[in-house]
Amino acid sequence: MHEYPITEQLVKIAVDHCKEAKAEKVIKIKLVCGDYSGFVPESIHMYFDLIAEGTLCDGAEIDIIRVRPKMKCPACGELFERAHLSFACPKCGTDGEPTKIGKEFYIESIEVE
Amino acid sequence: MHDVKKVDVMEGIMDENDHIAEHVSEHMAKHGVLVVNEMGAPGVGKTTTLKNIFKKLKGVKPYVIEGDIESDLDTRDLNEIGIDTHQINTFGACHLDAPMIDHMIDHMKFDEKGILFIENIGNLVCPAEFSIGEHVKMLISTVTEGSDKPYKYPLAFEKADIIILNKVDLIPYLDFDEEFFMKGVRALNKSVPVFKVSGKTGEGFDEIAEWLMEKASTLEVKEHHHG
Repeated sequence: MHEYPITEQLVKIAVDHCKEAKAEKVIKIKLVCGDYSGFVPESIHMYFDLIAEGTLCDGAEIDIIRVRPKMKCPACGELFERAHLSFACPKCGTDGEPTKIGKEFYIESIEVE
Repeated sequence: MHDVKKVDVMEGIMDENDHIAEHVSEHMAKHGVLVVNEMGAPGVGKTTTLKNIFKKLKGVKPYVIEGDIESDLDTRDLNEIGIDTHQINTFGACHLDAPMIDHMIDHMKFDEKGILFIENIGNLVCPAEFSIGEHVKMLISTVTEGSDKPYKYPLAFEKADIIILNKVDLIPYLDFDEEFFMKGVRALNKSVPVFKVSGKTGEGFDEIAEWLMEKASTLEVKEHHHG
């Protein structure tokens, strides 16, 4: 449920960049969202139309690129997606370490006209 | 027909929150106040943990911000024992964020060096995602929740600067697998200290108070340079 204020922030950033580019409206927002960012793409979609109404983002399409979290094995260097209730590397069995992959949460670009 | 133009943004949605959080932590460091973000699921004993820590603090004034969805029971409880406590009610929101804390500290008086404990909303998920200006993230986990918590809620364990394992007096009655728990903690967080305590008996809180007092005494004032 905390996607509501987050979506407001998303619209605000897109509107600011649209104005900066001296464009009239935002057509598309490309959002990168890691699964460990804690934000649910479906909820962002749900709030987006509601919040964007009457702003420069009204009617814009939101393209969410999801990123699956990965751990890195300190022994063999393998980047892997963890299995349920385990952090073990599928190659050598050593427990992996957290990485930044899967925690992304940023607007990559917008399309304006 | 208008031209469609692509604009590179590369701006994090949390940047504004993080910027305010940075301001809060600098502001509090200047007042000589260490900020502790206390996190944990509902019922892990967050307020009880604070009360036990207060008994052991020496020469450090505790300040508290209580975050709850509703009610001010904990705030009244702590004010009654003489702790300077202030309430934030989020009315539905599942976590505290930096603007809420920034607003609250404006109304508080920090007349002595000390530690500001911010008890976050009881939730093991969302609070881990939002910086609120803390210098220390303190996670409370319990033996009653089970030993699989680091595997199920990795972010909270990964980000913690100190982990308190509470209710250890109940271990004889439970199937808590400490080895499995610690294996999960260590995979996510190599160096975090883990303190075993019982909020009921009061055992184990001396070391936590010492750890916090050490942090408070070595608090660095980082000047943020703009431009």
